Amino acid sequence: MVQDNICNDCAAHSDVQLKKLGLDMARSDYIVALAGNPNTGKSTVFNNLTGLRQHTGNWPGKTVSRAEGSFSYADKKYKLVDLPGTYSLLSASTDEEIARNFILFGKPDVTLIIADASRLERNLNLTLQILEITDRAVLCLNLIDEAKRHGIVIDDRNLAKELGIPVVPATARFGLGMQKLLQSLKEVATGEFQCKPRKIKTTSPFLKRALNKLIPVIEEKFPGISNARWIALRMLEGDKEVMEAIENGKLGTLEI
Amino acid sequence: MKNRATDSSKNLNELAKSLRWEAGENLHDHLVNAIYEDAARIANNTVGKNGDTGKFNWDRILDNLLTSRITGFPMMILLLGIVFWITISGANVPSSMLATLLIDTTHPILKSFADQVGLPWWLSGVLFDGIYLAAAWVISVMLPPMAIFFPLFTLLEDFGYLPRIAFNLDNLFRRAGAHGKQALTMSMGFGCNAAGVVAARIIDSPRERLIAIITNNFALCNGRWPTQILIATLFIGVLASPQLGGLAATGAVVGIVMLGIFFTFASSWLLSRTVLRGEPSTFSLELPPYRPPRFWKTLYTSLIDRTIFVLWRAIVFAVPAGAVIWLIANIHIGSATIAAHLISFFNPFGILIGLNGVILLAYIIAIPANEIVIPTILMLTVLSLKLTGVGEGAGVMFELTENADYLRLFSAAGWTTLTAVNLMIFSLVHNPCSTTIYTIYKETNSVKWTTLASVAPVIMGLALCFFIAQIWRIVVGY
Repeated sequence: MVQDNICNDCAAHSDVQLKKLGLDMARSDYIVALAGNPNTGKSTVFNNLTGLRQHTGNWPGKTVSRAEGSFSYADKKYKLVDLPGTYSLLSASTDEEIARNFILFGKPDVTLIIADASRLERNLNLTLQILEITDRAVLCLNLIDEAKRHGIVIDDRNLAKELGIPVVPATARFGLGMQKLLQSLKEVATGEFQCKPRKIKTTSPFLKRALNKLIPVIEEKFPGISNARWIALRMLEGDKEVMEAIENGKLGTLEI
Repeated sequence: MKNRATDSSKNLNELAKSLRWEAGENLHDHLVNAIYEDAARIANNTVGKNGDTGKFNWDRILDNLLTSRITGFPMMILLLGIVFWITISGANVPSSMLATLLIDTTHPILKSFADQVGLPWWLSGVLFDGIYLAAAWVISVMLPPMAIFFPLFTLLEDFGYLPRIAFNLDNLFRRAGAHGKQALTMSMGFGCNAAGVVAARIIDSPRERLIAIITNNFALCNGRWPTQILIATLFIGVLASPQLGGLAATGAVVGIVMLGIFFTFASSWLLSRTVLRGEPSTFSLELPPYRPPRFWKTLYTSLIDRTIFVLWRAIVFAVPAGAVIWLIANIHIGSATIAAHLISFFNPFGILIGLNGVILLAYIIAIPANEIVIPTILMLTVLSLKLTGVGEGAGVMFELTENADYLRLFSAAGWTTLTAVNLMIFSLVHNPCSTTIYTIYKETNSVKWTTLASVAPVIMGLALCFFIAQIWRIVVGY
């Protein structure tokens, strides 16, 4: 019994704690959304954690709809939702809408962002957009082996500080880094780790003024909303879907 | 309460609208710029380069070879050719072993078991001569080529070759008025057209997505590979010397695939200039790095995900089809069976277009799954010939373990090289299977487009066969 407790505190114990539950998604404690650029290994991570065999392949765009699976870790059950890979969340294509709507309306407890370590800058564009929408995220620096082969070194601790979320280097193809990833997911899901996500800096004083007027109204109307700033930006851009969601009161409650 | 909520929501949206002026012009561009600058700043602070890297850049060298203007297309044909050649030359032996086991050995055991327990003849007929043999046939004909083809194809896919195909074809697709990503959905179609149709979701523009969906049928799907491979081996292979037979057959199959790609372009071009007019939209295609595939894992997943999945589907459809074939071959109307009536009804038209009544009837029976075309053709051929030496009587799908057996049977039924060529053409250009038709309907939500996608290829295929037959008869003379 005593020994159990010691083990539970040790991060190396996590592998034993992971139970791949496949399609058994009843009564999950937390929902985790899996987002990222195309072809960064989202489906591979998904398969690693759930034990499912979602088809993986070395080409962008092979996941076109949501795939769901589940796993349990440290006595909590997680539902994992694999979203289509996208470069951004700003355009109106079907795959980007699926990804955006789930992060926005599906209210995941954690959004797990998978980034290609050898192309970090491009992947950060999406990461920053996601951090505008949600406060709870973990960044997985996948394909770290490939980055190494290309002579790329990433200061992941500094990156975590810059982004304000946990950053975990990994090579999902060979299952490396999955334990630390699970640990970070748990910490963010349970609130042990409080994310301080980086928000996009705007230099325009006009925009700042408009946001300052709009955000309080949104927060008043939807108490407890975490992404009022992002909603405000979308509204100022005239995003039809967000405007509709506000009009019919679905914002913040909609489950898709 | 509800009204008030709606009112305040309207107010909120009104407020946003009025503030939009204050926020300044080009808000979208401004935001995108802010994001990009921020990303660059973070990357700058955290990413370092570790000395000199590219001593020998494999990716660059391979890309120069596989995506170059000059060598890109020949390399594509060569790679496909190698895959088909390995499939064709490797599938024969295991196929005949499976046929011996499932058909020569197990089928008589089942039949004698039925006699022992005293099953009525019709029940034993439907169960063992219809359903069991159909399933056994599908397994022995389809499993070996698929178990070779899919792992090879998946290895190419994991290696990163698929996006390179897309890159090579992009320009042609754009010139045809379609979306470059259609090359990817087409590649998916080589596995399964239903999967290719679903994959068209990656195309944003509804116009281009429709083109990709409608033309996906021209990508030869795995249900049709066995037909192509068998007919090419039998009829095209024998035209060359024995040593070169395998190569000639491979050439014929690659030719059919290329023809399919050509039809994809031609019909896309036609659609984008008639009913689906519009400008092609641009997109960015990321060429992923080449990654050494994990060999055993790829082997395992391609067997489970693709081979077994497709085989299971084929069996599920072959079972009722087997029963139907047995029934129409054994129920008499007047002096002949239903099948005989149907065959003689279709025969004149079939012969006119260089096919025959059996093939046309087989394609009608096989609408649920292309996989069962060849078994159905064989069964119906025996039936229409009323051969006694081959097969086991009316409506029994029988064993043919040697290629020479097939050839003798087809020749006896009056098949010529023209029949074989036209069967290969018709197998490429005909209606999609019922699963694909249903998928097209679910994806487009439109009866109109589903009908077009289903009917147009049949008409095209029939017309094509007709012209080939007429020209053939003028040039070759029979």
